[in-house]
Amino acid sequence: MVIWSAATLVIVLLLSIIFYILSKGLPTITWQFLTEIPSDMGRSGGILSSIVGTLLVTAVAIVIATPLGVGTAFYLTEYTHESNITKIIRFSAESLAGIPSIVYGLFGFIFFVIYLHLGWSVLSGGLTMGVMILPTIIRTTEEAVRAVPPMYREVSFSLGGTKWQTMLKVLIPSALPGISTGVILGIGRCVAETAAVILTAGSALRMPTSLFSPTRTMAVHFYILAREGISMERAYGTAALLIILILVINIVANILVNRFVAKGR
Amino acid sequence: MKKFGERVPQSFFLVVALSAFSILALITVFIFIEGVPIIAKVGFFNFVFGMKWAPSQGYYGIFPMIVGSLSVTLGAVIIGVPVAICCSIFLAEFAPVKLRNLIRPAIQLLGGIPSVVYGFWGLIFIVPAIRNYLGGPGLSILAGSIILAIMILPTVISIAEVSMLALPPLLKEGAFALGATHWQTIRSVLLPSARSGILAGIILGVGRAVGETMAVIMVLGNAVALPTSILDPARTLTTNIGIEMGYASGEHQQALFATGIVLLVIIMILNAGAQYAVRRK
Repeated sequence: MVIWSAATLVIVLLLSIIFYILSKGLPTITWQFLTEIPSDMGRSGGILSSIVGTLLVTAVAIVIATPLGVGTAFYLTEYTHESNITKIIRFSAESLAGIPSIVYGLFGFIFFVIYLHLGWSVLSGGLTMGVMILPTIIRTTEEAVRAVPPMYREVSFSLGGTKWQTMLKVLIPSALPGISTGVILGIGRCVAETAAVILTAGSALRMPTSLFSPTRTMAVHFYILAREGISMERAYGTAALLIILILVINIVANILVNRFVAKGR
Repeated sequence: MKKFGERVPQSFFLVVALSAFSILALITVFIFIEGVPIIAKVGFFNFVFGMKWAPSQGYYGIFPMIVGSLSVTLGAVIIGVPVAICCSIFLAEFAPVKLRNLIRPAIQLLGGIPSVVYGFWGLIFIVPAIRNYLGGPGLSILAGSIILAIMILPTVISIAEVSMLALPPLLKEGAFALGATHWQTIRSVLLPSARSGILAGIILGVGRAVGETMAVIMVLGNAVALPTSILDPARTLTTNIGIEMGYASGEHQQALFATGIVLLVIIMILNAGAQYAVRRK
């Protein structure tokens, strides 16, 4: 039947991509690969500086996007009624979600790198990624807060809790799995992104020493190694590590979603 | 401490909440400031419909890239959408619960795989297959369409599935009560009722295909000439920026921002279309 074969095709495609990358790349992933700094343009050595760069860019993005995203979601759910302002905010968030990553790259380059004089740096890359994952965090947090049963709020108010106390002590803890899901999906996008990061964080292989150092994230490193044919072996290794990271991120996100759904029942 | 929290006013949250709007405004303003001067200099018509892109000689015509973007996206829709809709019907109507709980995260994972990895996989498998069996250089619109078709699957599947699951059970029960078979019910009741949601999913998928850069760079061949067949290499608006941004300066760089303007306008129209399709329900 057509329907069954379509579903089978999708799963087979997914498995074939994952198994191909893992089977080629896993043998390269050794302790040295993970803990050595690349040398000779990435032809030899490991990818430690890229791992550190990826973590730093992601950390900056999360630190920027989480408070903004969670704050926006709380404004939309707790502090206002549907109005023209909420319409504008929702429209903006949905539009941001649709903007291609290369356009974020152009914006990050002209705004953070050039206009704010941050240069190609961890900070520019992280800020750009933070802007890019903002809609994801807004959406998941909003859904999570809306799913908190109204009774929780009412009980808190009836006990004399203020709006702020209710938010801090009741809503945030109840919505935490949903909020973390958004943050984790955001981490996934930061790890996977190439186009926006290469234009804002650069592609320097050195170990980043501060937020103002340029860096090359793992996805960018993989792209450069594969495209310029520098070292296929190391390209596959980097790709395998990326796939493993994405797998772990997705599994954690799913566990959180399931817990969140179970709680809502 | 308690007093501090109570003093955080609603307006504080409003300022935070307006961040999304301010960022959207900043992005639009900065891309336009950089890109508009070159469009003004070359002329809007010459820029959008110009056939020649040769920045070193001062030619900035992006028509071949617009054709490239449109044809790759159209190919992705033709290949990807039927598979996605069948898959969403499977998930919403046929899959046993256990299987569904296995396939859904798998599809979500498909959406999380880095686009460079898709591009690389396409370069290893799809490109040589096209070169060997269909001819041409292999790096082609067809290769780009296949990779993008796979990449838009998660978007289209999840939105189409959600919109089918959101239909009132009464619709299905009514069709069954009138003696319709399961398949008849799906075709003449469920799919038409979920039409606007499915359409929104397709439009968002199109947006993703138009905006994708890294996967397309690796399989499309990136030639600036106007493609004449689906086996020809081509260049899209996104890959034009992705390839040349690394070394462009001056007018050339402005022309890439102008390419970004065209891209941004296309995406905004698509987004508005998707939001309209969702609301119409």
